[in-house]
Amino acid sequence: MVEKITVGHVHMSGCTGCLVSFVDNYEGLFKILDNYADIVYALTLADVRHVPEMDVALVEGSVCLQDKASVEEIKETREKAKVVVALGGCAAYGNITRFCRGGQWNQPQMESFVPIGDLIDVDVYIPGCAPTPQQIRNVCIMAYLLLKGTDEQKELATAYLKPLMDLAARGSDAKRSSDACGCDLMYDVINQGLCMGCGSCAAACPVRAISMEYGKPQIERDLCIKCGACYAQCPRSFFNFDVINEFEGITELITGVME
Amino acid sequence: MVLGNYKTCVAARSTDKEILKGAQDGGIVTQLFAYALEEGIIDGAIVAGPSDEPWKPEPIVATTKAELLAARGTKYNLSPNMSLLKEATRSYGLDRIGIVGTPCQMQAVRKAQLYPIGMRDVPDKVALAIGIFCMENFPYQSIEALVEDHCNVKMESVTKMDIGKGKFWAYTERGAVAQIPLKVTHKYEQPGCHVCLDYVSNLADVSTGSVGTPDGWSTVFVRTKIGDDVWSKASAAGCFETKEIESGKTGLELVTKLATDKITKNQKTLEGRATFGVGKGLRNPYL
Ligand SMILES: Cc1cc2nc3c(=O)[nH]c(=O)nc-3n(C[C@H](O)[C@H](O)[C@H](O)COP(=O)(O)OP(=O)(O)OC[C@H]3O[C@@H](n4cnc5c(N)ncnc54)[C@H](O)[C@@H]3O)c2cc1C
Ligand code: SF4
Ligand code: SF4
Ligand code: SF4
Repeated sequence: MVEKITVGHVHMSGCTGCLVSFVDNYEGLFKILDNYADIVYALTLADVRHVPEMDVALVEGSVCLQDKASVEEIKETREKAKVVVALGGCAAYGNITRFCRGGQWNQPQMESFVPIGDLIDVDVYIPGCAPTPQQIRNVCIMAYLLLKGTDEQKELATAYLKPLMDLAARGSDAKRSSDACGCDLMYDVINQGLCMGCGSCAAACPVRAISMEYGKPQIERDLCIKCGACYAQCPRSFFNFDVINEFEGITELITGVME
Repeated sequence: MVLGNYKTCVAARSTDKEILKGAQDGGIVTQLFAYALEEGIIDGAIVAGPSDEPWKPEPIVATTKAELLAARGTKYNLSPNMSLLKEATRSYGLDRIGIVGTPCQMQAVRKAQLYPIGMRDVPDKVALAIGIFCMENFPYQSIEALVEDHCNVKMESVTKMDIGKGKFWAYTERGAVAQIPLKVTHKYEQPGCHVCLDYVSNLADVSTGSVGTPDGWSTVFVRTKIGDDVWSKASAAGCFETKEIESGKTGLELVTKLATDKITKNQKTLEGRATFGVGKGLRNPYL
């Protein structure tokens, strides 16, 4: 049996939808747990009360600044985990929690929710609300290959994770603060002369805030929950030929690993 | 590498007269989807269907041959076929999706499969991705200007548009043919096309276009295992008439030349963008 990596699920202010999405890999989840990863921390799954040392921390949810325990836990996560992954829109960008203004029983004073990148450096982003089972699976497999694979596999994993690390670097940049919005398609794609009208953004949006009008995205900004999926899915946000040209081989690899 | 990986390259056309009648070239796309649909290789295909405006495509999920037939022919403006990729697995309930698209849309399909950030349960359901060659595309309003202002014909009277032999062509119901030199069309192109580095849909399962073969025929690249499987079965079933692709100046050499020209030109555009302005620059999606 090959050596496994250790993974933890750190629950900040999120709805547990990200964790459910991970579990929605069904048999795939068991495969991951049997062969590639041990869950060493997860409030709902493992009876461990304190953040342990681990290879990969999957952090769900934003951080509430008024909740001292959360602030401490996210800092500790950074210290204890080799790789910190912002799992889902809330951890990465604040997502729906960006709209919170407090006043909710039984902690009405808790009103400030920020993406984890505002408090710690994050290594990998998985945008989206909820992040998809397949994207979480791919990141888990690549993290495993990165830490335990052959040199060739490490190289592939590094190349695969790079754009998700670039998104994280951008999100953890203190000058910018993590932000995501359908407007990214305007500022960073259309305003940059890069849109080619494929419609991936519209398909990716979980709340159907995007429709295609004469081949270009039309964003209903009031509907946008700021999950970051549209921009990350857009082929003109990032497109790494070195990885995507190998789609056939990588798809076979993933299928093989999950069999 | 400008032509991507492929297992075979042939000249082909459909053997189905009905398909050929309204097809752009050899009816490869419509024929291959029709065969795959009949054999249950796909449950439906996302194609550029008709809309309520003349020559403005509307992406549709075609689940019958009649719907495939209604979507035949090239519309030289944007059909955001990717916008239906997730929906095809939801309200249409497809488990095996076919999709046709330009090279950039094939790139979008593969990104959606490898980085399914907003594409839950989609990656395994793409069963056949057919790519078409593409030098450039246009906003709808550009095509309106080219057809109505430059060619002087009404959009609704046009029966076929084509780009070839250095010209843009509009054929009308009454048999008139209007043509304008391609250089008139350049300023109307979609800006995003100027950073595009793929001419022949390198990432499709099967890709096809008119360049490289005589009128009424198509150039076909069979690229992946999936593509090879469907193409061999369809050929064995008699769907296609095929012949060897010419290697010379009007054949594969021309395809290679056009692909190289496009990529070289657009690489230059990307280089220019890197220092656009004074001490500034525009974003490069490939870095
Ligand atoms: C914008 C554009 C530029 C092109 N440029 C070139 C070129 O430079 N050189 C070349 O050899 N070929 C080019 N083609 C491809 C060519 O025009 C034919 O589409 C191709 O040869 C397929 O013909 P067919 O007879 O096999 O397909 P058909 O059986 O006629 O089917 C064509 C299929 O393409 C779909 N389609 C039509 N318009 C679009 C669109 N805008 N976006 C996505 N799907 C669409 C239709 O719905 C249909 O399913 C271009 C196509 C487009 C759309
Ligand atoms: S437009 Fe949709 S996909 Fe984009 S950030 Fe907003 S909610 Fe997410
Ligand atoms: S996903 Fe496609 S349509 Fe949407 S912004 Fe990007 S290039 Fe344009
Ligand atoms: S030139 Fe490239 S970007 Fe433009 S439509 Fe064709 S494939 Fe897409």
